[in-house]
Amino acid sequence: MNPNKKRLRRTMMFLNCQKPGLIKDPYIYKPDSILLDLEDAVAEKEKDAARYSLYHALQEIDYRGVERVVRINGLDTAYWKEDIRCAVAGGADAIRIPKTEQAADVQMVESAIRMAEKEFDRPKGSVLIMTALESALGVINAMEICRSSERLFGIALSGGDYTKDLQTSISGTGVELMGARQQMIIAARAAGVQCFDTVFTNLDDMEGFRKEVETIHRMGFDGKSIINPRQISIVHDIYTPSQKDIIFAEKVVKEIDTKKAQGIGVFTVDGKMIDIAFYDGAKRTISLAKASGVYKGDL
Amino acid sequence: MINAVGRNIPDEILEKTGKEVFQGNNYLEGVEFHKRGPIVKPVLDHNMSKMVGSIREALEKCGAHDGMTLGFHHHFREGDLVVNMVMKEVHDMGFKDVTICASSLGKAHDALLPYIEDGTITGIESSGVRGKIGEAISTGKLKGLAIMRSHGGRVRAIQTGDTTIDISFIGAPTCDDYGNCKGIGGKSDCGVLSYSFVDGNHANKVVAVTDCLVPFPNYPADVSMTKVDYVCVVDNIGIPEKIATGAAKPTTDVRKLLMADYCTQVVINTPYFKEGFSYQTGVGGASIASAASLAKIMEERGIKMGFAVGGMSKGMVDMLDRGQVGKLLDTQDFDLFAVNSVKRPNHHRISAGAYANPFNKGSFVNKLDYVVLATLEVDVHFNCNVVVGSDGRITGAQGGHPDAAQGAKCTIVICPLLQGRIPAVCTEVTTVTTPGESIDVVVTDYGVAVNPARPDLLEALKEADCVPLKTIEELRDIAYSIVGEPEKVQVGDRIVGIIEARDGTIMDVVHEIKEFSFEEDLKQEEIMETIGDYCEQA
Amino acid sequence: MIIQKNAVAGTLESSDAMIMVEPAEAGEGIDFELDSVVIHQFGNQIRRVTFQTLERLGVKDVHIRVIDKGALDCTLKARIECAVYRSAEISDGLPWGGAIQ
Repeated sequence: MNPNKKRLRRTMMFLNCQKPGLIKDPYIYKPDSILLDLEDAVAEKEKDAARYSLYHALQEIDYRGVERVVRINGLDTAYWKEDIRCAVAGGADAIRIPKTEQAADVQMVESAIRMAEKEFDRPKGSVLIMTALESALGVINAMEICRSSERLFGIALSGGDYTKDLQTSISGTGVELMGARQQMIIAARAAGVQCFDTVFTNLDDMEGFRKEVETIHRMGFDGKSIINPRQISIVHDIYTPSQKDIIFAEKVVKEIDTKKAQGIGVFTVDGKMIDIAFYDGAKRTISLAKASGVYKGDL
Repeated sequence: MINAVGRNIPDEILEKTGKEVFQGNNYLEGVEFHKRGPIVKPVLDHNMSKMVGSIREALEKCGAHDGMTLGFHHHFREGDLVVNMVMKEVHDMGFKDVTICASSLGKAHDALLPYIEDGTITGIESSGVRGKIGEAISTGKLKGLAIMRSHGGRVRAIQTGDTTIDISFIGAPTCDDYGNCKGIGGKSDCGVLSYSFVDGNHANKVVAVTDCLVPFPNYPADVSMTKVDYVCVVDNIGIPEKIATGAAKPTTDVRKLLMADYCTQVVINTPYFKEGFSYQTGVGGASIASAASLAKIMEERGIKMGFAVGGMSKGMVDMLDRGQVGKLLDTQDFDLFAVNSVKRPNHHRISAGAYANPFNKGSFVNKLDYVVLATLEVDVHFNCNVVVGSDGRITGAQGGHPDAAQGAKCTIVICPLLQGRIPAVCTEVTTVTTPGESIDVVVTDYGVAVNPARPDLLEALKEADCVPLKTIEELRDIAYSIVGEPEKVQVGDRIVGIIEARDGTIMDVVHEIKEFSFEEDLKQEEIMETIGDYCEQA
Repeated sequence: MIIQKNAVAGTLESSDAMIMVEPAEAGEGIDFELDSVVIHQFGNQIRRVTFQTLERLGVKDVHIRVIDKGALDCTLKARIECAVYRSAEISDGLPWGGAIQ
């Protein structure tokens, strides 16, 4: 498995590939991933221009460890195949497929990626995939999409198009997104992939944004697509584990490591029954704590 | 001769100006000097009127002549009408070789360009210049040397007699018929007249120019009748909406907010942040944002500021409202909130001299704990440039930058690492305006560098682990790795201006700009010249 | 590659550059014109990048005008390539990592 499949992705920030001022140094805001957009943000007559910018940005800008995901144009356009060649040649970490509705969409992209990896001499399987579900059909098919490819690391909700398809609109209450969010997080967890929430576009309502992030964090989402660096610190703040959780997680990891060596399966930490099922969660807490800069331990 | 910041000041300039090279901030500590007084023409007769009908009449009565020096303030900022009004009259009367000694000049004074071209104006002494005047100086149109000096430096230069102002025209928002001037009131309300105190005390002739004559006595006055020769009423001395703007909208630019956050962290994690600390900040987006977040933390921790000094704007006024600062000591008002606040207790009007004159027996800047300043460029020696653009053109002002920077115990300079493709942190600034010995901390969007001369501050910030610490060289290297290493600006031989240090020594010189030539073309020229030489010899 | 027709790429926004290419007679070489806000610091570098990029693309004869607003090298290259391929009306099967690098 590509080790990056499970990396931390609390914030995935959209950037228009066509804007040199935007793509030159987004890393100073420390998002976990950037979404270099060739799709909606780029005007129809600049689709070609955005690719040259993307290629050179990927090749020449040191993004300092920030994951570089490229959002390609839709599979119903004339652009997506060349988008993939450009992104793979440039060295993108992953491709985001818009408007995914079925497993076959992912497989079509996967085969284009495979060919590009070969053409541009990149290790097989090095380019990951994520998909955006933007329609009722996509959301209903969440499970098959999650299981469609070994390269797929996660699925993201695209709320604007999805609510249009439902014949409603974004209200700010989240009620219209409830079903999709629930369906998607369950499918993602069942398939063992990550799940990301939709963008929040009103930059004047930071309080509303915070509430929404608290909700999706509580629901189990791994992170959120964002449109402005101002949103980053709020998400990271909410995803920062409490000191109590960190201390507990540390004990769990250490105990399981030693008890496993001794062949003991079930034991207690701070009076709680613990077994191997706690291990991944505890590990995740530690890595979140590390990413948030609040972990000073030795794990 | 090479000065203390490594700049070569040509001997011809030293001879021409009679000045020394800069030899460090405290080079003149302990030196005594005799303060120069003005020529005074007393008014004994109680029937004598000070009112004149026009600027022309004022010039005539003051004995205007070729080669004179005229004083002005810049409290009306981009809304100033006084300088242009007076200079038009000076021009129409046919005077030549006039020097303008203003506290600052800006784009409002673009109209002076023809007077520079025709030799009416041949000297400019100012904190800085922008727009067409900057362009005119940079392209060698000004006959004499432009002298750029700080606000404190201007007061010093006038008091020591380095500069003698023959006539000062003081734009006064309110004035009575006997010359009592106030910054408050009228339609061109600018709050304070700090920069004019020294003109009142030292100019040989003083003319108050007002568009709001009020009944005698206009008291307490900023510039008293005891110092004013004539009073001239005109239609307008300023454009109100350009004098004091509405409050700047809090910035939403994330880069600025990031720098503001680093700046605030630096302040609260260094030892001077305690009850009664003192502070000065500017009106850039990052500075305003930092002051706002600082206010929040002061509230949380129950810490109050003793005093704030310098230019004032809404942020500081709000802190005074909330009782978070003891006193505001005001030299300039940037928005209507500051202008209106001036009348309140604990908001004091002070002179530019009290603020920053290095030749006082101490000034307010010396008592500053923190100052937050912007800069165009800062180099690996921590030298700052706030006057000359990276392209060699004069396009900014020193203001109180060198004054507050030297005075404060912790001087923080904020700048984005890159301005477009221009690295703000560089190997050598284009022109030195504030010496590196005055700068303690540099805050950029890529990290924070502490002057190695301040290991105490570095230790405190390391301990707090609150900002990404880098060395200044690391910041420069990051900048160059992104944009490439910039080439030195190609300049002409002629020196068109000097940057005067606070104490009157020479910090740097400014060269005439030259059109850019590609390497290829320069090589070509060289080859052609060599061929030419060869042919001649043959 | 031969410049077939006039083409433009890029914008006049800060950190970007606008590139205009026009056909030139064979043997005319590269006719380069630069207007840059950072010409003093980076004029020679911009010229080098332009000539190198054109050479990689195999463009021998062209009138090229660069209006630079402080673009980084990677942006200059991207805009030049875009203008050249537009002038040749090629948009698919591009030589990523070959002539484009």
